[in-house]
Parts: sequence; structure tokens; C-alpha cells
Amino acid sequence: MTMIFNKVLRAGFQAGLRFQSTGPQASARAAVASLREAHGGFSFELTEQQKEFQELARKFAREEIVPAAPSYDRSGEYPFPLIKRAWELGLMNGHIPEDCGGMGLGIFDACLITEELAFGCTGVQTAIEANSLGQMPVIIAGSAAQKKKYLGRMTEEPLMCAYCVTEPGAGSDVAGIKTRAVKKGDEYVVTGQKMWITNGGKANWYFLLARTDPDPKAPASKAFTGFIVEADTPGVQPGRKEMNMGQRCSDTRGITFEEVRIPKENVLIGEGAGFKIAMGAFDKTRPPVAAGAVGLAQRALEEATKYALERKTFGKVIAEHQAVSFILAEMAMKVELARMAYQRAAWEVDQGRRNTYFASIAKAFAGDIANQCAADAVQVFGGNGFNSEYPVEKLMRDAKIYQIYEGTAQIQRLIISREHLGKFKQ
Amino acid sequence: MSGRVLVGVKRVIDYAVKIRVKPDHTGVVTDGVKHSMNPFCEIAVEEAVKLKEKKLIKEVVAVSCGPQQVQETIRTALAMGADRGIHVEVSGKDYETLGPLQVSKILAALAKKEQADLIILGKQAIDDDCNQTGQMTAALLDWPQGTFASEVTLDADKLKVVREIDGGLETIKIKLPAVVTADLRLNTPRYATLPNIMKAKKKKIANVKPADLGVDVSSRLEVLKVDEPPQRQAGVKVETVDDLVGKLKEAGRI
Repeated sequence: MTMIFNKVLRAGFQAGLRFQSTGPQASARAAVASLREAHGGFSFELTEQQKEFQELARKFAREEIVPAAPSYDRSGEYPFPLIKRAWELGLMNGHIPEDCGGMGLGIFDACLITEELAFGCTGVQTAIEANSLGQMPVIIAGSAAQKKKYLGRMTEEPLMCAYCVTEPGAGSDVAGIKTRAVKKGDEYVVTGQKMWITNGGKANWYFLLARTDPDPKAPASKAFTGFIVEADTPGVQPGRKEMNMGQRCSDTRGITFEEVRIPKENVLIGEGAGFKIAMGAFDKTRPPVAAGAVGLAQRALEEATKYALERKTFGKVIAEHQAVSFILAEMAMKVELARMAYQRAAWEVDQGRRNTYFASIAKAFAGDIANQCAADAVQVFGGNGFNSEYPVEKLMRDAKIYQIYEGTAQIQRLIISREHLGKFKQ
Repeated sequence: MSGRVLVGVKRVIDYAVKIRVKPDHTGVVTDGVKHSMNPFCEIAVEEAVKLKEKKLIKEVVAVSCGPQQVQETIRTALAMGADRGIHVEVSGKDYETLGPLQVSKILAALAKKEQADLIILGKQAIDDDCNQTGQMTAALLDWPQGTFASEVTLDADKLKVVREIDGGLETIKIKLPAVVTADLRLNTPRYATLPNIMKAKKKKIANVKPADLGVDVSSRLEVLKVDEPPQRQAGVKVETVDDLVGKLKEAGRI
């Protein structure tokens, strides 16, 4: 071997530990069809292009995100240089359709990339993912003009956007949001308070959900409207950056809307269509969030494995003690299963089918195992794991939010039981 | 001047992989092992693409010799900015014995066929560490060579090459057509961006056989045995400085 010091120093991780990820992808339907024939109708094979995307994201995450993550976590500073770099490499905004300057990637391809970036740092990855969440309502419900205007600009410069639905008094109960939008001539005037908005202080524009029907008895499916709001509209007041347990470099804020005037051209679909749009976005964004949780769990597994092969106790490396190797085995089980779950959910929606059942299963499971694997990794590291000089305590702090945002673990179970019972009754 | 640059890219076992010798000691395990583009070849591709971006050359052609799998390596070069690829098909026993002499004959033949002005190669491959292909190719073509390049400046038909040598840096001026081999500090290879990976699929890779180029790939070398480096022996602890000096004298070290 020759002296490739630069590369060896920069890349800290063995490429060999992880095998290629799996799952067919509908964006090359002809290729998939022939793959299906060859593999007997079911395939875990990635296309060449998917492998290359994954390789690119993996290289970027391990060489650039991993080394920078600890200092962003300590300072809480927004990782704009990393985000800009991801944008330059085409790792962001993958869902934006080609006619708006994007790459029109399917959810599966996006998930492959998301998992790799999350391996590097879920704080960075969440900041990037929030763009997809904010854009999704526009992608699924925007008019050609709205798409061109708001998605187009994201491909011309590294801009951020945000999904503005949660309020201090309503998270899971989306129908309980109180932000009001009142029609006045050709505008809507919006007043209310949003909370826990990722990219709240950095967004160029928001997808906003507000109540347009004042009648408290109006059904949720008709009472809300989705808007696109330019962040510099007078009356939009982002609050302070919140100090959270984990994913600390991600920018999370409360946002006050004080008589904000939105032109009617910025309504998505029409008045009253908002709830369905906001919920519809989740079927496409839950698989990537699950993928992010898997990325974190994979990181936990790799860090714990590396440590277990180095640390010695009672005369041998701790990986040779079954108590420890069993912990690693269970972590591996969870990671592999969670990965297959998000791949199935992503594949289903790319095939054009409703994937709510699979998306909720993937997100619920991945969120839970990410927390378990992170805690297990700390355990494998022992006393060192509790210390901030080692990478795993950050994983524990970062993992918790995966059981909360994008639909809490409890809400996911509600959805899964409803879907399951619904299917059963048919 | 055709403005065409040929870049050789070799598919090798990835630098991060732990190499294992095959049980029969005929070589190293390659099945199921991660392969990627030789790091020095990446640097070569980057330099060629940079020259094209500066509009000093017109076309970058990536070449690789080997079985079907080397097409992945050519695709990586295409994703980095090469315009088209040439896959020289060599497989089976021929591939196992393929070495610098045969590859340089192939590259020389291609350079004449493609009317290349410049050939850029990595200085050596990380699997065999031969450091011969560039030099042999230049000799076969009777072209000047700038090896171990850490800086390359092109001016019309003259190339200024700063070479890394044992004593420091040597600057030479050579006339095109020429062969350059890339050293570590020549540049930092770019990532292929996602859009470029997608665009690379549309770029063409031509298939060619060595026989078509009039090249005989049979080897005059035979690998007798491949062994791991000897295990590092444990040291010996001594009590006093006198003991240490005594032991060193015994071992003939002083």
C-alpha cells in the first residue's frame, strides 16, 4: 500500500463493515421489471445508479460531516457550510421535479441518501430534511406557477424552507391548531403562533397551515388551508433559537404571525384543502425520517463494534464476551429490520400506492430502535460512553426526537392499528 | 492538435479494505471485496477535467482494461467529468496476468488511434505498486514524460511539469504529445455530484479488444507465490542499559 495519508486520515471508517443496502426502485421501471423477472418477483438489489448515489452520500457524510459534527453540537451553530456543500453535490432537494430544475428523485433514492447523511450527524440531516418536508406540500399540491416560483428558487441557490404546522397548544392534534387566516379581498390575513419549526429562523419561505373556517363544528377536512408564506413578509416574527437535548445544530424556533398578509395566489389548491395536503405530505416524508433514524442506529452499531474490538477486559477484547457481542447482535437485528421497513415504505409510495401503513410502521420502529441502539452503544462504551469526548452520548441525545417529531410514537401506533383493523375488516 | 487527453483508470481493491492472501497463496482475495478507482487515477482524471474546464483541452477519454466490472470505474470517471470511455476487454487468465507492459502497449495503440495529445495516468496502482505503466507508455510512443507530477501547466504545445523527486522538486518543460503521471499533491479529486452521476449514464463507453489494437496481452511473468508480510515479532524487555547494549551487540545491530 502506498502512502495515501490524506485519504486515510480523512476517512475514519472502514468501508468494509457495512454491506450494500437493499431494495428495488421504481424510478427505472423497465430495469425493475426485468430485475423482478430475474430474481423471482422480489429483489433486494439496488440499481447501479442507486449504488453510486449511496456511495456519494456515504463519502460526503464520513469525510465532511462526521469530523465537523461534534463542534456544531457543542456550539449549536447552524451548519450552513455543510448544507451548502450538500446542496452543491446535489444531495439536497432531491424531490424537486425536473421541470423546476430538480432531479425528480423517488422517495427510495432520497431515503438512501438520507440514511448516509444521518450517519454523519442527524442534526445536519434534519436541517436538510426539513427542506423536503416544507417542499412536499408544494410538490404534491402546488400549481405549475407555484412550483416554478418556490421550488425553482431552491435549485438556484442553497435556500431553506420550513413546514409550519405545529403550535404551542397543538402538535399531534393538528385539527386543534388555532392560527387563523381571514380572507380580506385578494388576501388572507394570518394571526397565530407556531412552535418547534425546524429551519424556522433560516427559511426563505414556509408552508403554513391555518384555520380558515371559524365554525368550530366544521370538519377538519374543510376547515384548514395551506399557504406558501415568504419569510420576509411583514408580521412574520421568528422567535429565539431553542436549546434542545439533541440535534442541537438544527434551527428550531417558535414563529409568531402578526396580521401577516398572504396573496390568494399563495393558497395551495383552494380554501379548505389544507388538512389533506398537510397529512398527504407525511406519507412521503415519514420514510426518509425513518431512514434518518436508521442512519443514527447504524452509526451507533459501528461505533460500538469498533470500540468492542479495541477495548480489553478480563484478558480479551470485550467483543469476545458474549454479554457484549449479544448487545451488538441485537443492535444489528434492529438496524437491518428498520432498514428493510423504510425501504418497503419508500418503495410502496414510489410504485404509486398509498403507503400509510408501511410508512407509519417504518417511522415507529426506526424511532424506537434508534433510541435503543444509541443507549446500547453508550452501554458498550461503558464509562467512556457517558463522556462527551466519545461520540455515542451525542447519539443518545439526538435519537430521542425520532420518537416525537414527524408523528409521535403513539400517533404512529394509532395509525397502524387503524390501518390494520381497517384491512382486517374488509 | 486534437485537444484529446487519454486518462487511464484502474479498478483496484479499495484502499480501506483489509487485504487477505488466498489460502493457495496464488494471490489476494478479490471476490466480494470492495473495489474502487485507484486513488492516483482519480487525481489523473481530476487534472484532465480541470484542463478541460480551463478550455486548454477539448476532450477527456477515460480508458480501463479488464473485465465487465471495470465499466463501473469508467462510469466514475465519466461522473467526474470525462466525456467518453473506452473499455478494453481483458478477462480471465489474461486479466490475472495483465501488467504494466501489456497495458502500456494498449495505451500506446489507443493514443495513436485516438490521436491523443496527452496521456495522464496515476503514478502507480495501489495494488501492485509497479510505477511502470506511464514510463513504458512514453517509451513505446517515443514521447516525453513528466512523472510524479505535483503541478502541471499547459501552454499551447508545451507542458511545464513540477516533479516530486527525492531531493525536492524538479521543474521540467516538455513538448506535446507527452505522458504525465500524477502524484498525490497534484490536486484534490472532486466528488461526482448527483446530477453528474445521472448525466454520466448517457455518456458512451466503447468496447475494444486488445487484438483489435494489435496487442498481445500474454505475460512473460509468472507469479510463484504470494505471502503476507512476516508477523511483527514481540520485543524483549531488558532491566538495565548495559543489558540493552549487550543485546544490541548480540543482534549485530551495533
